[in-house]
Amino acid sequence: MMLQRKNGLRAVAAGALVVSGLLALTACGSDDNSGSSGGDASKQAGNIKCEGKGSLLASGSSAQKNAMDLWVRNYTAACGDTQVNYKATGSGAGIQEFLQGKTAFAGSDSALKPEEVTASKEVCTDSQAIDIPMVGGPIAVGFHVGDLDKLTLDAETLAKIFDSKITNWNDEAIKKLNPGAKLPDLKIQPFHRSDESGTTDNFTKYLKAAAPSAWPHEPGKAWEAKGGQAADGSAGVSSQVKQVNGAISYFELSYATSGSIPTVDLKTGAAAPVQATTENASKAISEAKIVGKGKDLALQLAYDTKAEGAYPITLVTYEIACEKGNKADTLQATKSFLTYLASEDGQSVLKERGYAALPPEIATKVRETVTALS
Amino acid sequence: MSNLVKDRPAVTGSAPRPGSLRQPRLPRWAPAAFALGSAVVGVAIGLVAGLDSRIQWGLIAALVFVLGSYIASTVVEGRRQAKDRLATSLVWVAFLLAVIPLVSLLYETVKRGSKALNADFLNHSMAGMLDDQAGGGVYHAIIGTLEQVGLATAIAAPIGLLTAIYLVEYGRGALAKAVTFFVDVMTGIPSIVAGLFILSFWILWLDFDYSGFAGAMALAILMMPVVVRSTEEMLKLVPNELREASLALGVPKWRTILKVVLPTAIGGIATGVMLAVARIAGETAPIVLLVFGSKTINNNPFEDPQSSLPYYVYEQWTAGQDASYDRAWAAALVLIAFVMILNLVARGIARWKAPKTGR
Amino acid sequence: MSETTPQHENPPPPDGIRTTGADAPGDLPRAPLAEARGTGRIGDKIFLGLSRGAGVTLLVIMAAIAGFLAIRASHALSANEGNFLTTFTWDANANPPVFGIAVLLFGTVVSSIIAMALAVPIAIAIALFITHYAPRRLSGPIAYVIDLLAAIPSIVYGLWGGLFLVPHLEGLYKWLDDYLGWTKIFAYHDGAARSLFTVGILLAIMILPIITSVSREVFRQVPRMHEEAALALGATRWEVIRMSVLPFGRSGVISASMLGLGRALGETMAVATVLSPSWDIVPSVLDAGGGTFAQNIASSFKEASGDMGKDALIASGLVLFVITLVVNGAARLVIARRKEYSGANA
Repeated sequence: MMLQRKNGLRAVAAGALVVSGLLALTACGSDDNSGSSGGDASKQAGNIKCEGKGSLLASGSSAQKNAMDLWVRNYTAACGDTQVNYKATGSGAGIQEFLQGKTAFAGSDSALKPEEVTASKEVCTDSQAIDIPMVGGPIAVGFHVGDLDKLTLDAETLAKIFDSKITNWNDEAIKKLNPGAKLPDLKIQPFHRSDESGTTDNFTKYLKAAAPSAWPHEPGKAWEAKGGQAADGSAGVSSQVKQVNGAISYFELSYATSGSIPTVDLKTGAAAPVQATTENASKAISEAKIVGKGKDLALQLAYDTKAEGAYPITLVTYEIACEKGNKADTLQATKSFLTYLASEDGQSVLKERGYAALPPEIATKVRETVTALS
Repeated sequence: MSNLVKDRPAVTGSAPRPGSLRQPRLPRWAPAAFALGSAVVGVAIGLVAGLDSRIQWGLIAALVFVLGSYIASTVVEGRRQAKDRLATSLVWVAFLLAVIPLVSLLYETVKRGSKALNADFLNHSMAGMLDDQAGGGVYHAIIGTLEQVGLATAIAAPIGLLTAIYLVEYGRGALAKAVTFFVDVMTGIPSIVAGLFILSFWILWLDFDYSGFAGAMALAILMMPVVVRSTEEMLKLVPNELREASLALGVPKWRTILKVVLPTAIGGIATGVMLAVARIAGETAPIVLLVFGSKTINNNPFEDPQSSLPYYVYEQWTAGQDASYDRAWAAALVLIAFVMILNLVARGIARWKAPKTGR
Repeated sequence: MSETTPQHENPPPPDGIRTTGADAPGDLPRAPLAEARGTGRIGDKIFLGLSRGAGVTLLVIMAAIAGFLAIRASHALSANEGNFLTTFTWDANANPPVFGIAVLLFGTVVSSIIAMALAVPIAIAIALFITHYAPRRLSGPIAYVIDLLAAIPSIVYGLWGGLFLVPHLEGLYKWLDDYLGWTKIFAYHDGAARSLFTVGILLAIMILPIITSVSREVFRQVPRMHEEAALALGATRWEVIRMSVLPFGRSGVISASMLGLGRALGETMAVATVLSPSWDIVPSVLDAGGGTFAQNIASSFKEASGDMGKDALIASGLVLFVITLVVNGAARLVIARRKEYSGANA
């Protein structure tokens, strides 16, 4: 009996030790990374108006993840009471989680569909969800062909490459667009996204709009064409392009910049081929029309623009929130956070991550809308 | 021992010497020589043919080794011995083939993981870090893993333990048969299916939020059958004489189980539980579906999202930047260390507390 | 390992105790124990209730899993416009949804076959190596290390597979293409080795430890006498193994392989990191393309929108569930048969 009791005691002691050890452990970590971050943290914190506190959950588009990371860092540096968690789950899941009332707002690459707007009436008391454009950016077409660092293509060639109709880098069509470039006899390895994505959506919309005869597939979030290889996420495809000689793929400009991947210049019909830069993308976005009704600011992008220096493969991502009837406990924080995103400061920090700031006229409307959220 | 015949075979071929029962044998150093020779041949062919993959070199060397020793042995020792040698060399080659990737896995993880691993990495979270920045840490994920695994154990261990007791000490009839069968079925549940179940049940249907606890429940489902099975084995090892002795003294059955059977098997049970813990600590799929993920420290597993070590590895791998790859490797190293320590402790307990019966 | 250590069925303990435990002490009219007996009865009831309750809980959980998956799956299947078994696309988010598991089934089966073809012979060889070939002093530590490797989390295998294995396999694939490309099965066109064959190799590495450690346990139990008898007849080591070890261990090895197969079928993360998925069946196993159930669930899950998107995935999860159930059930059956067999011999 004594032995058993001792065993019991020992078990209790061991349990207590584990629990107290865990408690001790929970006290010794730190969220403060200011020491190790790149040095530009918390500098832009000056103009942020902090309101509300607690944990702000959001999820959605992975295309705006890098922008969101930056915003969240700057915002939480200024507003310590609010924890913002943005999870890049993809637009579809983001909208769904928002519609289930799991998150305060969603990030999405495409505007809400009518049935989603209808569904939103359940979470938004007496109101519905609206699209707020927040960040735009060029979708770069990155390539890896030996050490070639400059390549010009037009929509038709691009469509044929991604449809596996043009399969070699020394194809006549590519040669004609790049006189003087040394194009090797190398198989083209087009990579597309294996997950459904707004980047794919915008890219295929561009192909369909600018080269309808060469791109027979329906544009959409899922890749419809056959052939080619796939990888998960923009990070996935861009790292494949880095690894595989002969590869070409599409992803947000920031992935090209951070991976030092050369990008294709587009021959749009303007005088000179257009480079994928944030400025050129801003130019293309300013050609967009607002098609949303009421407070909804859904945009219609001009993919077939021939304007001088406008880079047509762009993507505008939205934040989705309720026009009225946002969840009371997170409303203040949501508004304060979105206000920061739409502000001059919020928009101007984007450039360093390869995103394009909203053109002024759209930005003004966005600010009005955000202020009116309730 | 075969010195006498050692130098003969080459001359006389395969014929055994008349009048001797002993067959000619290859010298004892032959396998080593073959191995060395084939390695040289492999490298030579690889270099000459300009094959750029080391795997090919290895395969060529292995092929040369197996064939070479088979032919040599057939010539010298006869077919039966040659077959034996063939089997031996195949077994060795297979062993080496298998060891290479496993060693490479550990080596790569340690090598690449140690780059970002330091004290700051262990006690900082990822708050405010951008993907392509170096720095940040894994602390929030460690906390998440500890809490989720702890909760899962707190749910699964008692249920598993009691079920095993039921099966071994009481179990009879249809119910016990059904439980046994379904425990077997449950061991086969893919982790992602367990995740889907909790998601549709707890988060979509009962409308709870993402939390560490949701993940812990999925982990508990995966853990239960493992605990049941290992505890069952251990209880069965407890000699019946002990139970009978206790019962003969008039001790009620439940006390017999608590005071005699369990303490006897406690070492094995603890081992089983720890191995089960080690197993679920590395589960990624259900965590990805249920815990949401977070960059900041959250000590409360019942509210708000958390992170966890496997999730962290996945998240950093998905980010696809050099700095995030470094973090992924470092976190993988931490995760392996965690699992290995659990394993070692479990085996330590097993050795220390092993029932003195049977094997 | 403990899951499969052949459990010696009909252990007298439960039965023996039942009779002596439940009836005998109660029948003894011993006054001083009356009190203890009283509490004992209540205690027994509580304890029995608790442990039976735990068992029932397990059953309830299983039923809930099967029920939930089935309900949601049937929901998706009734809305499905395509044939669930033969459709080559996965447009579950579209309206009306069209999706089918043909590609997933093919990919899962092919990658598992590759994994088994690679892993089983090697695992048997390693198990034999540990029990019969390795120097005695080494065999213990080697077995120990192999067991530890079974505990490495799959995400780590995935990380290693994606960042280390894939780049290193390219040369091998080109080589295979040079010599076996004419078979079409081993043709290699793409620039990155992210194919079902890569998945197979990675899965093989992952299930190697579990198959090894179970087979090893079985080989260890070969009666010493069998082996010594064979040796005494002048058999070589290989003949001993072929004539006494392998026949004895055959069913054990089969069930070990089934367990490994069950694991390979359901593996998620490691597959998702090394495969370049597509919705068609590629004739060559070296070329990128295809998919597996678990991988598809993990990678399509985030963008699965609407009720149907997730339910379609749950339907495919149910198929996976049934497949692993059958495989594991078969493994158990083989083990059970073996028990009778060895029991009769012992």
